[in-house]
Amino acid sequence: MAAISREEVAHLARLSRLAVTQEELDTFAGQLDVILQAVAQVGEVAAADIPPTSHSVPLTNVLREDVVTPGLTPEEALSGAPDAEEQRFRVPRILDEDVAS
Amino acid sequence: MTTTLPAYDEVVARYEPVIGLETHVELGTNTKMFCGCPTDFGGEPNTRVCPVCLGLPGSLPVANKAAIEATIRIGLALNCSIATWCRFARKNYFYPDMPKNFQISQYDEPLCVDGYLDVEVNGETVRIGIERVHLEEDTGKSLHVGGATGRIHGATESLVDYNRAGIPLVEIVTKPIAGTGALAPEVARAYVTELRDVLRGLGVSDVRMEEGSLRCDVNTSLNLPGQEWGTRTETKNVNSLRSVERAVRSEMLRQAAVLGAGGRITQETRHFHEDTGDTTPGRSKETATDYRYFPEPDLVPLAPDPDWVAQLKTALPELPRLHRRRLQQAWGLSEADMQSVLNAGAVELIEATVTAGATPAAARKWWLGELSRRANETGVELADVGATPAQVAELQGLVDAGKLNDKLARTVLEGVVAGEGSPTEIMTNRNLEVVSDTGALTTAVDEAIAANPVIADKVRSGKVAAAGALVGAVMKTTRGQADAQTVRTLILERLGVSA
Repeated sequence: MAAISREEVAHLARLSRLAVTQEELDTFAGQLDVILQAVAQVGEVAAADIPPTSHSVPLTNVLREDVVTPGLTPEEALSGAPDAEEQRFRVPRILDEDVAS
Repeated sequence: MTTTLPAYDEVVARYEPVIGLETHVELGTNTKMFCGCPTDFGGEPNTRVCPVCLGLPGSLPVANKAAIEATIRIGLALNCSIATWCRFARKNYFYPDMPKNFQISQYDEPLCVDGYLDVEVNGETVRIGIERVHLEEDTGKSLHVGGATGRIHGATESLVDYNRAGIPLVEIVTKPIAGTGALAPEVARAYVTELRDVLRGLGVSDVRMEEGSLRCDVNTSLNLPGQEWGTRTETKNVNSLRSVERAVRSEMLRQAAVLGAGGRITQETRHFHEDTGDTTPGRSKETATDYRYFPEPDLVPLAPDPDWVAQLKTALPELPRLHRRRLQQAWGLSEADMQSVLNAGAVELIEATVTAGATPAAARKWWLGELSRRANETGVELADVGATPAQVAELQGLVDAGKLNDKLARTVLEGVVAGEGSPTEIMTNRNLEVVSDTGALTTAVDEAIAANPVIADKVRSGKVAAAGALVGAVMKTTRGQADAQTVRTLILERLGVSA
């Protein structure tokens, strides 16, 4: 059974606002399936005594003191922007009024 | 809106509301959550940014210790358990308010879980369950342009300022609050008010709803008694304590109208409009899987040292509710009197005035009297009315010393509010001190007696009440700067009548 369906790839493309053709969906679904199956092999070798991990470095509590450090000037910040206006990044409108919260 | 809304009484007689509140609090740290950019409000666009909060390639976040500490203290004040190990997570979504295309948040491993906050509504204590308290980063601010309305729907592009992006943001989520019936809107307001006071007491945020450092989303659903909970909606953009109450009430009415007409509630985000008190639909809610949460690989896990947590717990300030209870006893106030102090937002002001030397009764008189009236007239918070607790205490000191009578004190207070200086300065500069020089007063009394011989004779013949007219005459010549009782005694003395 495939690890990822064509519909799931189409859904992910929509969430990422990627225009993907029908042919590309077939191609990507196949390629992603191969990748996911390969990664899934890690799960097969992981025994019960190996805890799941999200990080390769066994560290905790890497924290920073609450002290201001110099940042960028607005000119520097906007220098890589595709477009700017009123010292702000200018981007096409996004219709979904989604704000993280 | 085409449907007619039912009466609120009918709605709560028929349905049971369940509410839930998600509150976002911007922490008052010096720097952002994952970089050293400053956090102060305002500022020219994109002046408080760096490679980390702009999500530039190769930059790496490092968590702010002060923000972690503040979040743990909030969790402890809300009686939560503090995680011994937890992680940050990426919340992925497509919107330019975060330049990284994701927000660093916490998902299934929040820093604080399972607490409660007791709030008082109509003299009853309601325990609000706290589901979780977690830490994330705030988003940038978009300005939608190119359209006629200035709102996103007519706009063709957005201009984004990332000064706010990355400011530590704590999200506090309640458990569903059921069984409050008709009081649901008031319970919602009481909760946010109490939470705001707790946060202010902790000193972790300036909790200003109008500036957006405290923001509230309100979940509401209705169900028939004995049935499962209904589909909920989430109302955003609720930016004042009053709006919290109005948003719950308005959504209860709207949902009852839909259900009453045989319709179904759609699970969606709705936007609250401050001007009309209505909500309008926003987007349908994306499911959690659409956010594709996964552990943030650029940050290592957090494992707060239990000793550190225990220390923070010991150092927590007294909770506002208990603090108020103690003050009420110390000031000898009834429930109703304490309630009016609370409603006026005067607790801390009166407390500080008492600390500065005034009696509780005198402090309360000024703050709830002249100063509250003045704040109402000018539409400002009592704390911003223009007088400080120290000035009010000084004013009362002048009254107690007999240098000002009540009327003169009010005049001096007006001067204080107008920024003319300290009460003593104003009294001296405007020559408002009570005339206590008996020589000057005696002259004024003799003049009044000479000018009103008929009245004087009446008083001499025993009609003591007639002396009032002479007191008035003396007060007039001294421009109100004499103590009326002293004047009266002096008049009776001069006329040879015992009081």
